[in-house]
Amino acid sequence: MDSKSETSETVGTAVASYDDERALLARLADGCIDQATESGASAVEVALGQGQGMSINVRNGEVETVEYNRDKSLSLTVYFGHHSGSASTTDFSEEAVSQVVSSACNIAKFTEEDPYNGLADADLMATDIPDLDLHHPWEIEMDQAVDLARRAEESALKADSRISNTEGGGFSSHSGTDLYANSHGFRGFSNGTRHGYSCSVLASDSNGMQRDYWYDSSRNASQLESPESVGKTAARRTVRRLGARKIETASHPVIFETGVSASLISHMISAISGSSLYRKASFLLDQKGEALFPDWVQIHERPLQRGAPSSSAFDAEGVATRDSDIVLEGTLARYILSSYSARKLGTRTTANAGGVRNLAVESNVTGGLQELMSLMGRGVLVTELIGFGVNTVTGDYSRGAFGFWVENGEIQYPVHEFTIAGNLINMYADFVGVADDFHPNRSSQVGSILIDKMAIACS
Amino acid sequence: MNQFDLARNVLWEPTGLEPRGIDNALGSMLTAGVDYADLYFQSSKHEGWSLDEGTVKSGSFSIDQGVGVRAVSGEKTGFAYSDELLQPALLEAAKAAKTIAQSGADAATKMPSAKNVPTVPSLYAPADPLSAMQDAKKVALLKRVESIARSADPRVIQVSVSLAAVQDTIIVARSDGYLGGDVRPLVRMNVSVIVEQSGRREQASAGGGGRYDYSYFLEEDRAEGFAREAVRQALVNLEAQDAPAGEMTVVLGSGWPGILLHEAIGHGLEGDFNRKGTSAFSGRIGEKVASSVCTVVDDGTIANRRGSLTIDDEGEVSKNTVLIENGILKGYMQDQLNARLMKMNPTGNGRRESYAHLPMPRMTNTYMLSGEHSPEEIIQSVDKGIYAVNFGGGQVDITSGKFVFTTSEAYLIEGGKVTAPVKGATLIGDGPEVLTRVSMLGNDMALDSGVGVCGKDGQSVPVGVGQPTMRIDGLTVGGAAV
Repeated sequence: MDSKSETSETVGTAVASYDDERALLARLADGCIDQATESGASAVEVALGQGQGMSINVRNGEVETVEYNRDKSLSLTVYFGHHSGSASTTDFSEEAVSQVVSSACNIAKFTEEDPYNGLADADLMATDIPDLDLHHPWEIEMDQAVDLARRAEESALKADSRISNTEGGGFSSHSGTDLYANSHGFRGFSNGTRHGYSCSVLASDSNGMQRDYWYDSSRNASQLESPESVGKTAARRTVRRLGARKIETASHPVIFETGVSASLISHMISAISGSSLYRKASFLLDQKGEALFPDWVQIHERPLQRGAPSSSAFDAEGVATRDSDIVLEGTLARYILSSYSARKLGTRTTANAGGVRNLAVESNVTGGLQELMSLMGRGVLVTELIGFGVNTVTGDYSRGAFGFWVENGEIQYPVHEFTIAGNLINMYADFVGVADDFHPNRSSQVGSILIDKMAIACS
Repeated sequence: MNQFDLARNVLWEPTGLEPRGIDNALGSMLTAGVDYADLYFQSSKHEGWSLDEGTVKSGSFSIDQGVGVRAVSGEKTGFAYSDELLQPALLEAAKAAKTIAQSGADAATKMPSAKNVPTVPSLYAPADPLSAMQDAKKVALLKRVESIARSADPRVIQVSVSLAAVQDTIIVARSDGYLGGDVRPLVRMNVSVIVEQSGRREQASAGGGGRYDYSYFLEEDRAEGFAREAVRQALVNLEAQDAPAGEMTVVLGSGWPGILLHEAIGHGLEGDFNRKGTSAFSGRIGEKVASSVCTVVDDGTIANRRGSLTIDDEGEVSKNTVLIENGILKGYMQDQLNARLMKMNPTGNGRRESYAHLPMPRMTNTYMLSGEHSPEEIIQSVDKGIYAVNFGGGQVDITSGKFVFTTSEAYLIEGGKVTAPVKGATLIGDGPEVLTRVSMLGNDMALDSGVGVCGKDGQSVPVGVGQPTMRIDGLTVGGAAV
């Protein structure tokens, strides 16, 4: 850490060598594992991370905030047989780390025996850790970074005379190194970067104000949309909301625009996750092998995709990941399990400790949103969802929405202050089409989705 | 020993930081262009215990400490932080934060002179809630709560119970010479159950807490009460039918349904949005935004409440701020930066998730005062509508004013009587308009049980809400029954 004591005005990580950073994390991990083992722990796992970066917001052409981030974390779980304890800290000093180990060991004296507790099996640990092209440091001066944020905002402000106010243009760049280590002897490092632009503006007319935003982010700055493109999209998305009306309460087909459509898939992921299944807190209990969707629906997980937002060769327990199907020809192919939930359910982990990595839904409609709207003919295009009205136990779904009324496959006018409701089981079975308009830089590659029928409530 | 002395023992003593070193760090930032700077020292201890499937299978402890350094130049803010409470780290963060002002205009600089502020009576005891109960007793408490939930009804098939405590110790040092500290305990318990009948499963949860230690849960059978309440709600939901869809009269129960106020008007009255003119309430002070029966306050001064603070995260003493009085919009909630730029007074609403986050205007405990009707009278006045008594989360678009909140326990009202329970439905409305439709208020104002978490710009802080029973003549109910 001494090598990083200079907070440079350059974003990125020119200051520290990755070898030094890795050596520090490895030394800390070894120290934790040794101390816990000496205290009698039968197994130990520790996750460490260290990152730095800068976020800038420019509003009305002037710098509003510059934030320098430097984050560290160490979290540890110890097992005494089947008793476990966890502790974490942001302080890497010897004293603090030692205290964290003793705290975790102390907690394990009081937790009860759980026969499913423990590390993932040693033979599942990733042995080949390929470079997944996740680390692209961007050495950029603060002034240049400010200028990029300013360009995003400026192009939004110039794009349309109805743009009346701004929350600004944003720039961010972060890089980090993580280590997961356990007492099987597994050590998995990962280096990653993330850079991005954002812009949020307001538009107004006699009916009031509307606000929307756009962003792009990527591990590699050269893969980003231009700041001007981010600004123009933010302006277009904001202006198109002006003049919103209400519609009658009724049942209609609904398109979830790409960006909000991924939430439909994430509700399924949460319901087929091990912790929901073994607690019976899922509307998709015992559905493996059953048809959830029409037979053209294919959903994949691609943890090994090069350069993608959530890629990793091993999961949060060190288990080797692999690309695989979650839904095949409309049928649920597997659950989302860690080694703990797999043991509870009497099966093997799916290398999903820590969640799913890079979901992709195959499209069956080419020609993007326009073609999907033609297919729908008449109905509602939902471009934003608000609220938390999704019940994972029952599948009941009721959320606030903003969007557009569509007739003859064309947008007629924006609509606001309405809700959409149904049950996810029916909504999945009612998938009519998935368009090919997903954004390549998002961690879930899900195009716009057309659902046959939902309840729309409006005043 | 007052709060500041306690905080100094935790934050400065171990690393040998002293007021002179703090002055140096602040002074180093007050170069040309910087007109305000502050330091926020924090040490936060957290523990959590959870019981799942009959076993207290996990426990965790964490300690997070550091210092956030902010330099302000007009509307510009530079911010850096360090997780080392040491002089070199402090100076380094100060150097980074002040880069903001390098291109700024000249401003008068003044050296800080650290002096203690008059002692403010604390709204909570500074006891450490983590160590106030033995670990074995925490485990026993979780198991007792579980057995109460399980024995409450044979249809209970899953019970999860969690217990968490935070001890948060802070010092604020500002370039205007202010120095103050606070020691903030916070405990929380949650009980979540799943019930099953004829193949149908439903869940519900209940809980509470506040700025106490764990003994709070042992008093007045509170822990047992959470267990019984979670089971009761889940059993109600086993009978629920699809909620109706469309606009109708809605009666909200007292207490936690005050989340309506938090979403519909609270966020829209935060100073930052109003300074920038991005809120649907911008420029509307003095206007009628609610029916004349409505008076709404944000009150950080209630002893031991989850949303209360003796001083806010910028050192401002907590206040009881009137937001709406008899229907008229009276004021905004302010932090230092936005109050100064709007030439208003700070209201004790400057809050931050941690030293690693910038402060912003945030709510504390937001509630509506009681009216004159009995709750029964209000129900009887409705021929057809919805009676909603418990809610999950809510959200608002502060620019368009559209807000939502989702019921977790609601019933039909038919002919002045509460009848069948209905499934969770999202209610959607327009913030500046919804309170103009409040036609009756109950005489039963209650605060929630201490469960609220508010998120804004990625920062979470604990908050409280409250209200009396409330009749709203027309709100859109997002049921599945069209």
